[in-house]
Amino acid sequence: MLTTDRATAEKYLATRKELADAPVEDVIAALTAMATQIRLWDLEMINRAKLGHIGGDFSVTDILTTLYGAVLNVDPTNPTDPERDRFILSKGHTAGALYSTLAYCGFFPQAELATFAQALSPLNGHPNRTKVPGVETNTGPLGHGFPVAVGHALAAKLQGSPRRTFVVMGDGEMQEGSNWEAAMTAAHYELSSVTAIIDRNRLQQGAGTEDTKTLEPFPDKLASFGFEVRDIPGHDFAALLLATQPSTTGKPVAVIANTVKGKGVSFMENRVEWHHKVPSDEQVTQAVQELTNA
Amino acid sequence: MSTPTETPPAAPTFDCRKAFAEEIIALAQEDPRIVAVCNDSVGSSNLTGFRDAFPDRLINVGIAEQDLVGVGAGLANGGMIPFVSAAAPFLTGRALEQIKADVAYSATHVLLCGQSPGMAYGELGPTHHSIEDLSWTRAIPGLRVLVPADPQETRAAVRYAVGNPGGYYIRIPRHAVPAVNPEGTGFELGRSVRLAGHSPGGEDVTVIAIGTLVSRALAAAETLRAEGISVRVINMSTVSPLDADAVLAAARETRGIVTAEEAIVSGGLGAAVASLVVQNQPVPMRLLGLTEFAPTGSTDFLLEHFGLTADGIVAAVREVLGHGGA
Ligand SMILES: Cc1ncc(C[n+]2csc(CCOP(=O)(O)OP(=O)(O)O)c2C)c(N)n1
Repeated sequence: MLTTDRATAEKYLATRKELADAPVEDVIAALTAMATQIRLWDLEMINRAKLGHIGGDFSVTDILTTLYGAVLNVDPTNPTDPERDRFILSKGHTAGALYSTLAYCGFFPQAELATFAQALSPLNGHPNRTKVPGVETNTGPLGHGFPVAVGHALAAKLQGSPRRTFVVMGDGEMQEGSNWEAAMTAAHYELSSVTAIIDRNRLQQGAGTEDTKTLEPFPDKLASFGFEVRDIPGHDFAALLLATQPSTTGKPVAVIANTVKGKGVSFMENRVEWHHKVPSDEQVTQAVQELTNA
Repeated sequence: MSTPTETPPAAPTFDCRKAFAEEIIALAQEDPRIVAVCNDSVGSSNLTGFRDAFPDRLINVGIAEQDLVGVGAGLANGGMIPFVSAAAPFLTGRALEQIKADVAYSATHVLLCGQSPGMAYGELGPTHHSIEDLSWTRAIPGLRVLVPADPQETRAAVRYAVGNPGGYYIRIPRHAVPAVNPEGTGFELGRSVRLAGHSPGGEDVTVIAIGTLVSRALAAAETLRAEGISVRVINMSTVSPLDADAVLAAARETRGIVTAEEAIVSGGLGAAVASLVVQNQPVPMRLLGLTEFAPTGSTDFLLEHFGLTADGIVAAVREVLGHGGA
C-alpha cells in the first residue's frame, strides 16, 4: 500500500482552504494549472510504460481536477476517514488520469508514477483499492462503478451522514445494463447525495458511441430514470463547478459532461485510435508543447 | 539438410487470432448463416476483415456482454450460426448466466470465442485476466470447452464447432505460439493429442498441458530427455468433455501426472484431470497454474512469477518422480 506524501498533502489541503473563499476566477486559474500538470504527468507515465488509455484520460482530466481541486471532501493524510466523500472512477481504464490526480493531492508520492504498470508496482493498469490510497473500489470491467457508488450512498443514508458520492463513467460504458439497474436503484431510494458524471466524449473503443449503439436522446433517458440532469460543456471549469453542486430537486444528479477525447493535444482530439495508442517520442514532444502553451 | 549437432533455430510462432479470423471469413463465404457478434471489440476480436467482407453480418451490441450472449442465442435459435466474440474475462464472467441458461441449458448452437485469455493482458491486471473462465465454463453441463494450442488447431476447432451443433466456449490465445501439433492434426471433440515421449523403457511421467503451456511442456520434455527422463506430453485440446481415456492411460502407464494451464488451478484443467484420476487410478500429481490474483506485470513476467515455464514444469516432474518412489 502506498502512503501519503505529507508535504504535498498539506500543500493541497492549504490550497483547498484558500480556494474555498477565493473568487471564482482564482479557482478556475488554479484548476487550469492543476489540469495541465496532471495531463503532463499522465503523458509521461504512458510514454514510459508504453501502455495506457490516453484519450479517455485526457477527456476525464478536467472532471477529476474539478472534483479533487474544489469539490470533494477528502484528506490525503487520512484517506480512509469514514466521513470522507466517496469518489469512484468507474471507467477504470483511465487509471493514469486518476493516479496523476491522486499524486497531485499527495495521496502518494509523485515519484511513484514512474512505476506505473511496472512489475510488482501498486500502480496497475487499472486501479486497486488495496494498493492505492484514495481508490475506493477496483475497476476495469465497465459497468461496475455506479452500483458500488449507489451502495456507498445507501450506507451514508442509513448512517445519517451528509457525505456525498461521485462516480464517473464513460459514455460507451453506459451501454452496460448494470448502470441502468443502478440508476433505477438510486432513483427509487431517492439518493440525492449521488452525482453520476458521464464523460460524454462520444467515442468508445472502436468507434463513435452513436455509430456503435445509440445513447441519444441521452438526457431524456436519464431524466426519465428519475435523475436531475445537468447537460454541460465538460472542459469548462465554471460549468463543472456548478454541475457538481448538491441536488436541488431531492433526486440523484446526472451530469452529462460533454468532453473531447484526447483533449488538449491536437492530433489526439476526437480520434478513436487514441483510445489506447501510445505516442511516439516526437508526438510526446509536440503534446508537451501544446499542453504547456495552452 | 542440417546436421543433428547444430542448435535448431528458434521455432517460428504464429497468431491464433489471425487463424481464427481467416477461418471464420472462409466459413462465412461458404455459409450465409454465419454471423459475428461483438461488444465494441471489432479490432480486439480481429473482426475488422469480417466486417469489411460482410458488413451486414457483423453485429456490434456495444459494451454490453449479457446482451451479447443473449443476442447470440437468439440469432442461433432464429436460424443463424453466431460467433460471439469478446475478451475472455468479460465474455465468460459477465455473461455466465446467459451462457448457462440461453446457450447450454437451451441446447443452442452458439460459438463463444474468448479472446486473449489467461494473463494475455498482463499489466491490465486481474480484472482483465481470464483465469477463471475454464472453471466457470467447465462447470456448465453440456458446454463444450475447447482450448486450441496452435493456429492449425484453432482453424480445425472452429470448423468442427460450426459443423457440429452445440454450445461451445473456444479459448483463443493472444500471443503468438509455435506450431505444436503434428502437421495435419485435425480436431475431434474430447480427443487429446499425444505429442512427445517415446523411449525404449517407456515413459516416466505425463504432462498434460493446454494452450500456451503446450510448447513449454515440450521444452521441458526436451530438457528431461537429456537427463534420461522420458515425458509423455498431452495437448488436452478439449477441457470439457475431457479425454478420459488418455488421462487414465497416463495414470496407468506412467508414474505421475503434471498439469499445466494459464488459469486458476481450482476448477480448471488440473482439477478436471485430478478428479478423474483420484476416483479411478490415483497417482502422484502436481497442478501448475495460478492460485491467486496476479500482481502487476507483463505476461512473460507473470508466467515466470507463477512458475508457468519449462523450468517450472521440469521441477514439477521431478517432484512427481520423487513422490512416486524409484
Ligand atoms: C465489461 C467490459 N467490456 C469491455 C471492456 C473493454 N473496454 C475497455 S475501454 C472500452 C471503451 C470504453 O469507452 P467509454 O466508456 O466511452 O470510455 P472513454 O471513451 O471515456 O475512454 C472498452 C470496450 C471492458 N473494460 N469492460
